[in-house]
Amino acid sequence: MKEMTEIRWHGRGGQGAKTAALLLADAALGSGKYVQAFPEYGPERMGAPVASFDRISSKPILLHSAVTNPDVVLVLDPTLIESVDITEGVLDDGIVIINTEKSPADIRKELNITGKIKVYTVDASKISKETIGRDIPNTPLLGALLKVTGMLDFKETIEDTRKKLEKKFKSKPEVIDGNIKAIERAYNEVKS
Amino acid sequence: MAKSNILARTGNEAMAEAMRQINPDVVAAYPITPATEIVQIFASYVADGLVDTEFVPVESEHSAMSACIGSAAAGGRTMTGTSSQGLALMAEMLYIAAGLRLPIVLADVNRALSSPINIHCDHSDTMMVKEAGWIQIFSENAQEAYDNMVQAVKIAEKARIPVVVTTDGFIISHGMERIEILDDKDVKDFVGQYKPENYLLNLDKPITVGALDFTDYYFEHKRQQIEAIKDSMPVILDVGKEFGNKSGRSYGFFEKYKLDDADCAIVVMGSTAGTTKVVVDNLRAKGLKVGLLKPRVFRPFPKAELADALKNLKAIAVMDRSDSGNAQEGPLCLEIKAALYDANLSKALLNYIYGLGGRDIKIEEIEKIYTDLGEAIKGSKKPKITYIGVRE
Repeated sequence: MKEMTEIRWHGRGGQGAKTAALLLADAALGSGKYVQAFPEYGPERMGAPVASFDRISSKPILLHSAVTNPDVVLVLDPTLIESVDITEGVLDDGIVIINTEKSPADIRKELNITGKIKVYTVDASKISKETIGRDIPNTPLLGALLKVTGMLDFKETIEDTRKKLEKKFKSKPEVIDGNIKAIERAYNEVKS
Repeated sequence: MAKSNILARTGNEAMAEAMRQINPDVVAAYPITPATEIVQIFASYVADGLVDTEFVPVESEHSAMSACIGSAAAGGRTMTGTSSQGLALMAEMLYIAAGLRLPIVLADVNRALSSPINIHCDHSDTMMVKEAGWIQIFSENAQEAYDNMVQAVKIAEKARIPVVVTTDGFIISHGMERIEILDDKDVKDFVGQYKPENYLLNLDKPITVGALDFTDYYFEHKRQQIEAIKDSMPVILDVGKEFGNKSGRSYGFFEKYKLDDADCAIVVMGSTAGTTKVVVDNLRAKGLKVGLLKPRVFRPFPKAELADALKNLKAIAVMDRSDSGNAQEGPLCLEIKAALYDANLSKALLNYIYGLGGRDIKIEEIEKIYTDLGEAIKGSKKPKITYIGVRE
């Protein structure tokens, strides 16, 4: 693993791309990492393509420029791949994780990815509907990211996330269990 | 450091957290992107009873600073936050706050001024009011934003000069980073209780504030204010040192990064100083003797100290995130140039205007500046002012 991992999230306005970046940073902080999470602020509207970013490092992060060559790209909405170049700037050995029911081979063909970029898919929408009861793909995608990159200790992250959710959703224990289950299922179901 | 004191916070959240711990008497504010969250979060602290502050929602930034002036003149510890057009609208009242020697603390999130309208970072808002008589402190990241806010209260009250603490819009204000905060009690002890010497609500010693001051005394009062600004310099250093004793993070007028043995260096403020440190590390690994100087206190301008820190360099590049509209160099470069002149130092000095309206500044662009400096040392002639990252 490199000293610093740069991540880009693609979503649609209102879908939780920013929240996903913040959630990951908070989880990574819990594992003793240095973090940065920031959204891209354009003229965003509900449903329009948006992006957000993370930097996760074992050392203090001084860099304050934009993320242009991400190590990992996560796509919250599968329809985005038709209109947004989701592999833009992705490094040769980069990773792309997409919320879709399709297989990585199909996506690879669809996007004409021929190089060494690794493509993973997980049906995060289905998982979130079955566990949380709503289409919130960002939480399960976090599980897929943990599996694919191994950047954080899975058990530790789950425990840390549970504690944070317990603080936030004291009166709604079903939300806590649903989110944890979503992360665990995506961790196990992500396809390479 | 207890784990509970290590948090993931945006710059805005970090500043609001500092304000919660400071627990001021009055906050009067009007929302503006990208500073809105600071007072929005703080308003929720007021609503939740976490602070004792009187929160005054007003109808404009001009009114916000007016209310702050009233509150501070009455004897209250007073804070606010704004950005860009908001700071511009406050401009008239900023001078009044400073002239009345009211120790107000303002969190400003640096944002470009209209027009064209833009919500992203540059330093033109803060630079617009650089002669208002306020102490101006720039922050590189969320940690410094928090640390500077805590120090600002003490500096303002000791020097009896208002202080503006800035962060870079969106880059820091909306970027979440790892920060370490002090315990509530430590901040409370550090800022202490505010005991103004003269204030309107002191019925035992009635005073007039804002009286007419014509040709008879205006100049004397301004002269005193000028002296007070000079006298704030040791106060800023003392508070920075004392904060270091408490937190382990000491602050001076500026930060030197691998500067002492450097042949050439960049002078840059705010978040870009962080990116420049990465470039310095990369070039040092290749054996190049490059360094960085990051001014933190822009007002008052620590002229002699800066010239001393830069005296051994063969070439210097000053990066300005604003233009002065004067057909000359940017504001930081002009001040550095004046400092070098006074110290009888004549050096290759290049100015780079960058990042206006939030334009991203990349590692490669900063590397190129060091390349330019290397060539300038060898005698190659370079333009005095370069606009980087812009289509021309």
